[in-house]
Amino acid sequence: MTSSQALRGGLRIEAHKQRSTKHHIRTASHSEHYVIPLDQHSGRPALPLVKVGEHVRMYQPIAQPAPGISAWLHAPASGEVVAIEPRPAPHRLGAPTLSIVIANDWCDEPFDNAAAIVSFEQISPKEACEHIARGGIVGLGGAAFPTANKLESSLCENGPQLLLNGAECEPYISCDEVLMRERAEDIVFGARALLHALCAPNCTIAIEDDVPEAQAALVKAIDKAGDSRIRIRVVPAIYPAGGERQLIATVFDAEVPHDGLPADIGVVCQNVGTAAAIARWLRDRQPLVSRIVTVTGDGVRDATNLETRIGTPFASLIADCGGYTERMSRLIMGGSMMGTPLPHDDLPVIKATNCIVAASALDLQPRGPEMPCIRCGACSQVCPAFLLPQQLYWYLQPFNGEQLERHGLLDCIECGCCDYVCPSQIPLAERFRESKPLLIRELDSRHNADAARARFYARNERLERLEAEHRAKLAEKRRPKSEPSSS
Amino acid sequence: MIFPTAPAPHVVAPDSVGRVMRIVLYALLPTVVLHVAFFGVGLLLQIALGSATALVTEAVALRLRRKPLEPFLKDGSAIVTATLLALCLPPLAPWWLIVSGTAFAILLAKHLYGGLGANPFNPAMVGYAVLLVSFPVQLLQWLPPAGMDIEHVKLTVGETIGAILTGSLPSRLTWDAVTSPTPLDALRTNLKMGMTMAEAQAAPIFGTLGGRGWEWINLATLAGGIALLALRIIRWHIPVAMLSAIVVCASLMYVVDPGAYAGPIFHLTSGASLLGAFFIATDPISAATSDRGRLIYGAGIGVLTYVIRTWGGYPDGVAFAVLLMNLSVPLIDRYTIPRIYGHAR
Amino acid sequence: MITALVTIILLATLAGLATVATAKHVEEISLVDRIDALLPQTQCRRCTFEGCRPYAEAIAHGTADINQCPPGGERTAKALARLMGVEPKPVGKEFGTVPDYPAVAVIDESTCIGCTKCIQACPVDAIVGASRHMHTVIAADCTGCELCIPPCPVDCIVMRPAPGVMQ
Repeated sequence: MTSSQALRGGLRIEAHKQRSTKHHIRTASHSEHYVIPLDQHSGRPALPLVKVGEHVRMYQPIAQPAPGISAWLHAPASGEVVAIEPRPAPHRLGAPTLSIVIANDWCDEPFDNAAAIVSFEQISPKEACEHIARGGIVGLGGAAFPTANKLESSLCENGPQLLLNGAECEPYISCDEVLMRERAEDIVFGARALLHALCAPNCTIAIEDDVPEAQAALVKAIDKAGDSRIRIRVVPAIYPAGGERQLIATVFDAEVPHDGLPADIGVVCQNVGTAAAIARWLRDRQPLVSRIVTVTGDGVRDATNLETRIGTPFASLIADCGGYTERMSRLIMGGSMMGTPLPHDDLPVIKATNCIVAASALDLQPRGPEMPCIRCGACSQVCPAFLLPQQLYWYLQPFNGEQLERHGLLDCIECGCCDYVCPSQIPLAERFRESKPLLIRELDSRHNADAARARFYARNERLERLEAEHRAKLAEKRRPKSEPSSS
Repeated sequence: MIFPTAPAPHVVAPDSVGRVMRIVLYALLPTVVLHVAFFGVGLLLQIALGSATALVTEAVALRLRRKPLEPFLKDGSAIVTATLLALCLPPLAPWWLIVSGTAFAILLAKHLYGGLGANPFNPAMVGYAVLLVSFPVQLLQWLPPAGMDIEHVKLTVGETIGAILTGSLPSRLTWDAVTSPTPLDALRTNLKMGMTMAEAQAAPIFGTLGGRGWEWINLATLAGGIALLALRIIRWHIPVAMLSAIVVCASLMYVVDPGAYAGPIFHLTSGASLLGAFFIATDPISAATSDRGRLIYGAGIGVLTYVIRTWGGYPDGVAFAVLLMNLSVPLIDRYTIPRIYGHAR
Repeated sequence: MITALVTIILLATLAGLATVATAKHVEEISLVDRIDALLPQTQCRRCTFEGCRPYAEAIAHGTADINQCPPGGERTAKALARLMGVEPKPVGKEFGTVPDYPAVAVIDESTCIGCTKCIQACPVDAIVGASRHMHTVIAADCTGCELCIPPCPVDCIVMRPAPGVMQ
């Protein structure tokens, strides 16, 4: 266990995790209805396999992946499919999204998926990837990227380095920490499965330096498994040390190219929760139908981590935690730095839901009135992507696509560090988030124009060439008549 | 239940432009106190007049631009401008000097370009440059510092206020008797008269390190500057670069000819070197953006300050040096964009 | 006096060297190429020329004005004006209009008779098909120039909002 160099930039901020890590993981109450959005993972929405009125059993596949990047979805409980219709979801606050709604019949009748796999020698790495896909496994670190797609595109000659991200840096979120404390063996099993699926030589589990119990539990689990390929790396607890690119730079001292993926430098990064989910699927035949969700904040009576079925309404989780306090003010899905603000609690837990903060005035530190940028540079001191946020802000009005591209707007990871330190209280992260689509559109149209120009020239050349060939053929046809007369 | 929503992040450090400006003003207190100790209370009236003018001018400009008054008047940036300008002017300067200089700085150097955060030039230095070029005589009429033999020409508080507001002195005194050049101005005059450096620096207007009185004031400014660094209001790049450049230039020329050129310690403790390094050049709005850019910017100011002091037409070069480097900030910024994560090293 | 002169010359030389050393090597780009880079490459001929490149050449030779490109709109007209050093002016109404969302051509496959007239008309080869075989427009390659619509004998081509675009 070695400590690596500190993250460049970033902030040391209060973690606010003590309240939610006091208790063991509890199980959330089961719900009357489960609402499962079909597009809750990155890539293409899944395609429904069931129809309205059909009875499904727990763990039964209810939607299959669309072609390309997509994932399976499974029923979290047995019951009847009462609807397949657009429903509000926390990741699509602009408009309801197509979801499968299952009414719980409270029987929890399980569906028998494929046989359990306990020993990896049973299957080849390729089969392991395919099997992981069928469990509906997606990244549980927040982006919900279909794991099998990631694994398939990460295979490289000598096998990539596997990095398990347990560096839970954002305040309030503690689901990974309690997972490491109580289910370290699941994580180690999942690590070994991933090592096999990737043909990777070793695995590094990265954790922050403020989680000693989790560290001890992981050490114990690794020793029990007796796998020397797995080791732990402790990183300083600075936000956002757990950002994928930042963590890779800290642990491996190598940067992911701005236009590439970690696989390009031979690294595969997975969340520890994803590894545990893989273990549940391969070893216990339970597909990804539930996950640990932290419920915390001064606006809720008890703060704890709940093993929650996908599709459970947030309101139910709040009720499990004793309900709101009188001080309840805002509901946030995620942590205090990057979490999505939610307008109400009648929204379902999705695979990407790692935390719900019921925030009161004590938790929140809202912005003061916005003043012009005084170019103090505090933002550039803390940016973990080495950007100049003051310059990005300068080139937003009027929108200067060329300079924004030059200064790396698309490299912004929206962590909010610049926002946090700004004396003028400018909502920088929000501005950058809003402007990225504008810049992408401008770059795309430039790209399309270049492609259209190339096709235009190619077509003209083709027509000229055909014209020249035609003329040559005509000339060829006329020549034999003139030859005899000249000879 | 319906909840209000606001974009992430949901916690931000409680900071404000007003707080930053207030700390700058607090850090200037030691300078002001020692200045008053050596040169009398004139400075206080200048600061008061300047601040009042600044706020009034700012209010007028904001009204004309149809912007809200309260947040901008409370942010303290106008008072910082006025205070820095007041520190650059002689303590007995007539009231219309600080008033016109401040009005020019706020109106033309700040609001004409778009107000807070948009001025490409340091407003205080623009105001000073305009005054220096328009009223050179008034700007060189400083007072002799306490510690020299000036008991007979010392003014009371009431007489000081009267002199500033009416331009007339009590009958027992004349302007010639009361005023005296600054150390840098005296040095320049003495060198022109053919004295060597050693002879020139032996004059009573010079203390141990630099100008009498001024050396203490500059040390107080240094203390304030270190406080600003410790509180992370400013970063080290500009002050270190500027002071290093002055030291390097001065040391070089001193080695070449100690008789004709003053040494580095003298340059650091005289004139506005330290005030410029920690309070003027570090104005973030008109300075370069990246750390590397700021090193170049600071070094440029240091070199130009030395050049103007030694070979230029004015006794102190900080103001023009700052303005010249303000001009080159877009060029510096263009070539010092730091490498972004994930882009080629 | 001499010292001042020497100092200024030294500073100017240093600044010049710094600029030259850090400047990126820029290839000589012809004026026509620079004008063409500003045009949207729709190849729609609304400007009365047979494509964007001929229009760029005409502007460079002074035989065309800078306000003849509706797909480029005000933005392109202003950029062209700035490049050519002339007064910007709004796009001339006589050159037609374009919808304010990206549009692509769509062939109604139930009506298409496979005559290849639209394939011959498309300036960027975005239509695939062969004689008496189904024709279809590759939406990703279509620039929205609408040149395929007049030649179609059965009038089966319409313009639709480009896929992935919200209204």
